Amino acid sequence: LTSSAKLRSEKQYVGFATLPNQVHRKSVKKGFDFTLMVAGESGMGKSTLVNSLFLTDLYKDRKLLNAEERINQTVEIIKHTVDIEEKGVKLKLTIVDTPGFGDAVNNNECWKPITDYIDQQFEQYFRDESGLNRKNIQDNRVHCCLYFIPPFGHGLRPVDVEFMKALHEKVNIIPLIAKADCLTPNEIKKLKDRIREEIDKFGIKVYQFPECDSDEDEEFKQLDKELKECTPFAVIGSNTVVEARGQRVRGRLYPWGIVEVENQSHCDFVKLRNMLIRSHMHDLKDVTCDVHYENYRAQCIQEMTSKLAQDNRMESPIPILPLSTPDVDTEKLIKMKDEELKRMQEMLNKMQQQMHEKDQ
Amino acid sequence: MAATDVDVFSNEEKRNLSLGGHVGFDSLPDQLVSKSVTQGFCFNILCVGETGIGKSTLMNTLFNTMFENEEASHYQNGVYLRPRTYDLQESNVHLKLTIVDTVGFGDQINKEDSYKPIVDYIDTQFENYLQEELKIKRSLFNYHDTRIHICLYFIAPTGHSLKSLDLVTMKKLDSKVNIIPIIAKADTISKSELHKFKIKIMSELVSNGVQIYQFPTDDEAVSEINASMNAHLPFAVVGSVEEVKVGNKTVRARQYPWGVVQVENESHCDFVKLREMLIRVNMEDLREQTHARHYELYRRCKLEEMGFKDTDPDSQPFSLQETYEAKRKEFLGDLQRKEEEMRQMFVNKVKETEAELKEKERELHDKFEQLKRMHQEEKRKVEEKRRDLEEEMNAFNRKKVAAETLSLSQPLKKDKDKKNRSVKTENQSGVSASSSKVMMAKASVEPLNCQSWWQAIQCCTCLVHNATWKPEGLF
Repeated sequence: LTSSAKLRSEKQYVGFATLPNQVHRKSVKKGFDFTLMVAGESGMGKSTLVNSLFLTDLYKDRKLLNAEERINQTVEIIKHTVDIEEKGVKLKLTIVDTPGFGDAVNNNECWKPITDYIDQQFEQYFRDESGLNRKNIQDNRVHCCLYFIPPFGHGLRPVDVEFMKALHEKVNIIPLIAKADCLTPNEIKKLKDRIREEIDKFGIKVYQFPECDSDEDEEFKQLDKELKECTPFAVIGSNTVVEARGQRVRGRLYPWGIVEVENQSHCDFVKLRNMLIRSHMHDLKDVTCDVHYENYRAQCIQEMTSKLAQDNRMESPIPILPLSTPDVDTEKLIKMKDEELKRMQEMLNKMQQQMHEKDQ
Repeated sequence: MAATDVDVFSNEEKRNLSLGGHVGFDSLPDQLVSKSVTQGFCFNILCVGETGIGKSTLMNTLFNTMFENEEASHYQNGVYLRPRTYDLQESNVHLKLTIVDTVGFGDQINKEDSYKPIVDYIDTQFENYLQEELKIKRSLFNYHDTRIHICLYFIAPTGHSLKSLDLVTMKKLDSKVNIIPIIAKADTISKSELHKFKIKIMSELVSNGVQIYQFPTDDEAVSEINASMNAHLPFAVVGSVEEVKVGNKTVRARQYPWGVVQVENESHCDFVKLREMLIRVNMEDLREQTHARHYELYRRCKLEEMGFKDTDPDSQPFSLQETYEAKRKEFLGDLQRKEEEMRQMFVNKVKETEAELKEKERELHDKFEQLKRMHQEEKRKVEEKRRDLEEEMNAFNRKKVAAETLSLSQPLKKDKDKKNRSVKTENQSGVSASSSKVMMAKASVEPLNCQSWWQAIQCCTCLVHNATWKPEGLF
């Protein structure tokens, strides 16, 4: 029965039940965009995993640095943007890569370029949003950050903790255990428990899956519960296709067996893919807009208004945004000037008072 | 041996003689062997690698025992070395095995100083041996040799290349210890990736001038196998102490959902090659290399630092004794000079202080003199004043006496005058005023001496003094 036929048959039927269809149609026309950041040391399989997730090869002509070149390496931010389409739905996917993270001998504050980048995107969006012409705002904000934890250790390392703490209030962090094919099932369980414990202990706020609605069926709820207990996901990626059990699958060929990337008993790749792309992509975007961006915006405005109150100046129609990362020198200068102004203000007040008393 | 003797021997020609029968010195190696077996052997392994990379597990697997080990934490502030010594026995051969672990390696955010504790540890072991060697009464045969014979460097299986920390650390260690790099947890690298990885690592080591241990190929018996093993470096190893049933055997392995990695299967990993090379073939060579190359280098550097040389400017060989004597004299000379200097300094200081004190004394003395003079001056002044005062008093007394005698000689005349004047007072106040003035004047000058009321009346002065007669409203 078409919607119009329904309309004719039931007089009480208004018809706004078609809203979801309308939303669906409009969004397909508009297309989607998603920005994913991958972070972790070299050699953790980040590029391989991204290729496996989106079934493309984003890193065709990549050049890797030698060990000696990496001794003093700084962190770069490299963006790859691709347009992919599936069943008429267009997705503009941006992958933000962070080569050099954790690779140098001295990694003090190696996460700073990354936090700066995220703040810059927020600032850009803030400006655009406050501007006059808002028709074509481009949203470059980072919606999700996949952090790759090495499987070789006993849990989180200091650099992992520091990185996540620096970013957990700016972006949705999803920690992953990389190269999980070097861990037996027991070892995976132990490591996951340890990492969850340490995340709690250090107060790191990773991305939390939203609670499912109470009217969902039991099977869905069970799946959802399993998903949540499985974090952090232990993943394996592969760029090659191998023959396993009569099928051609993405996998890794070893003398002792074949690891299948999409086999749920081998690793959590499928869970990650489903969560990231098939069910929670939009939620990640929502949390970025509603929580992380709003936090940034509120902080920004607060800083601005307190500065304006100190300066006693008229509010300009287009607010002058503070730099997201003023360097130390200018900050010091600004502070000094502020203090000077305060002092002069006090002196003026005193003099005024004196004059007032004298008049009396 | 003195220098001249050596020359004599090397000039002699050595002739090869053939033996007529079996002498029996072919048992020398056996004698050596039985001696070393009774002595026991000593071997020290240093394992360098990040926390959790599998160092302890590999040691357990290599020596087929469970060395006690707690899991290390990732949150150490720095790197520290933890040596543990074990006594092992196989057949009748005793091995004193020391395993040195690097705890906290690779965990810090700033790893610039990570190599230092390792280098310090190795140097300390060399230093201890050197000290023992230089002792007067030494017992080298009894000495527990703790010098590191082999350093196993654990490389993380990233599949790309060495980490920057690996390169920096190996460069610092290659001149001090035999390094064998191994790829840890190799069951995460597939065969093709492994081949590329090994080539990349070796080329990085070569291009950065890192000298790793080469298995010796000069001994015919083992040269072939050693040469082939050299080509397999770095060894990709997997360690395990768990046993898994494969077929009808129980082997040490790791069980995955997709298969079983057998530790001792040569097509799975290079563990067997490592064990063969490290323990079964080249252990003794490693010890020799440590002593003959690394230790000698350390010793030479150390002694050169202290000023010893092998040849003096004339290229004549120095003997250690002479050098030592010379050094000692120099040292004692230095000491004496220093002592002299100190004594001189002390004497100078004393003189200075003395001079100061004298100066101060003089000053005080001067002050004292000055004060004394002032005091005398004052005293003199006071004396003068006193004399003046005395003179005044005398003058005054004379005047008084004169005045008294004057007044005594004219008492009646005065009384009469007074009577007249007092009558007059009642009538002529003006006159009485003037007379009272005179009375007052007199009263103030002359002292009083009346014994009776009548006399007082006679004597105006007394009246004035007794205040019975006061002029009113006249002044």
